[in-house]
Amino acid sequence: MGSIGTGYDLSVTTFSPDGRVFQIEYATKAVDNSGTVIGIKCKDGIVLGVEKLIASKMLLEGSNRRIHAVHNHAGMAVAGLAADGRQIVARAKSEATSYENTYGEPIPIKELCERVASYVHLCTLYWWLRPFGSGVILGGYDRDGPQLYMVEPSGVAYRYFGTAIGKGRQAAKTEIEKLKLSEMTCREGVVEVAKIIYGVHDEAKDKAFELEMSWICDESKKQHQKVPADLLEEAKEAAKAAQEDMDAD
Amino acid sequence: MDMDWINAPHSMGTTIIGVTYNGGTVLGADSRTSTGMYVANRASDKITQLTDNVYLCRSGSAADSQVVSDYVRYFLHQHIIQLGQPATVKVTANLIRLLSYNNKNTLETGLIVGGWDKYEGGSIYSVPLGGTMLQLPFAIGGSGSSYLYGFLDQAWKDGMSKEEAEALVVKCVSLAIARDGASGGVVRTVVINSEGVTRNFYPGDKLPLWHEELPLRNSLLEEASSEAEPMHA
Repeated sequence: MGSIGTGYDLSVTTFSPDGRVFQIEYATKAVDNSGTVIGIKCKDGIVLGVEKLIASKMLLEGSNRRIHAVHNHAGMAVAGLAADGRQIVARAKSEATSYENTYGEPIPIKELCERVASYVHLCTLYWWLRPFGSGVILGGYDRDGPQLYMVEPSGVAYRYFGTAIGKGRQAAKTEIEKLKLSEMTCREGVVEVAKIIYGVHDEAKDKAFELEMSWICDESKKQHQKVPADLLEEAKEAAKAAQEDMDAD
Repeated sequence: MDMDWINAPHSMGTTIIGVTYNGGTVLGADSRTSTGMYVANRASDKITQLTDNVYLCRSGSAADSQVVSDYVRYFLHQHIIQLGQPATVKVTANLIRLLSYNNKNTLETGLIVGGWDKYEGGSIYSVPLGGTMLQLPFAIGGSGSSYLYGFLDQAWKDGMSKEEAEALVVKCVSLAIARDGASGGVVRTVVINSEGVTRNFYPGDKLPLWHEELPLRNSLLEEASSEAEPMHA
């Protein structure tokens, strides 16, 4: 719950007397109001999942993707303003290819995260730019193993075992903390993520949603890809069953 | 009088070699830098450090190879700071070959990149004149290398120990020095592995003689000042 910053919130280059930059906080609100996005690091890879709220029945299933491949070995799930998210992904793709062209190896995920974070932060420094209204969860697999990072609209980025952004993040994070991630494979992780997303989805407030998931693990040969259709179905079934169990209580 | 050699550019006729072994890399080179027929430096060091764990063997134009290595050392330094860990041999080799390839019309230098990193262990990359990059278990370069292809076809084997690898490198360079007029002087080697870097130096009298070469004699000055033996027929 933030306060309004009357007078100090008109420009991203203005601090409030208590040291806050309100424009960045408002940008974060855009992320907080979006569908939940989850990322977890299992022992053999990363799983990303998105609660894609469907605005209209006319939308084609599988369109408006929220998870993007940044490079063979890295993927990004976005929350918040979709167009802003697209820009961040485009920049990440460009950084990844330019690094590989110069250094001859796939970009280390830590380096990719730092570049993306630095770019997002850049847009909070000038009055003629507005901050990005989206946060991203970046998952990748490089020579140092699988890694998960999250970049916020302020430009801050941390490395995580598991994290969530969007509407249901508080509940999702609580559920993630209960998981024993270091003992879990991605195959198992996919099912867990599906359960959490179904669990945090608010039937009352939001309409239908589509579950979008991707992974990058030993089983996917360390390449970022959509979770295979059969496993996705299996995960959805398990999640729905878990929901019914909860409702039955 | 034909004094072209006075103004000829410094060229390292050279023999350079890099060999991987079980646990690291050994780089070797001769020490002759020539300007035309004149030996400008008979004790040059052609094995240059790029970073703690990656070294470069230089051949061809001395100036070109020095400039390329200076640029790469600079880029690598920044890369290491950004990355927060030591550079890999592969990344170093890629930086070298981008410079070599993109400036192929102006540069004339053949390079061998060798080193050790925690991901691949010891590795060698050859970056010859046009700017190709080739990872190999061992590589040779420079004018003296012509005389080593056949020899290494027979003598090279996989999984050598550090001592075997270094002995092979020294033997190779000394064989090339014996046959190639543009290679000579001493043999320098650099051994790179997980424990660090060791530089070794093999002066003329420590090298084996080949093909009826005369044994090394001390400088003529010393000869003249001591009771010299009459010259043999």
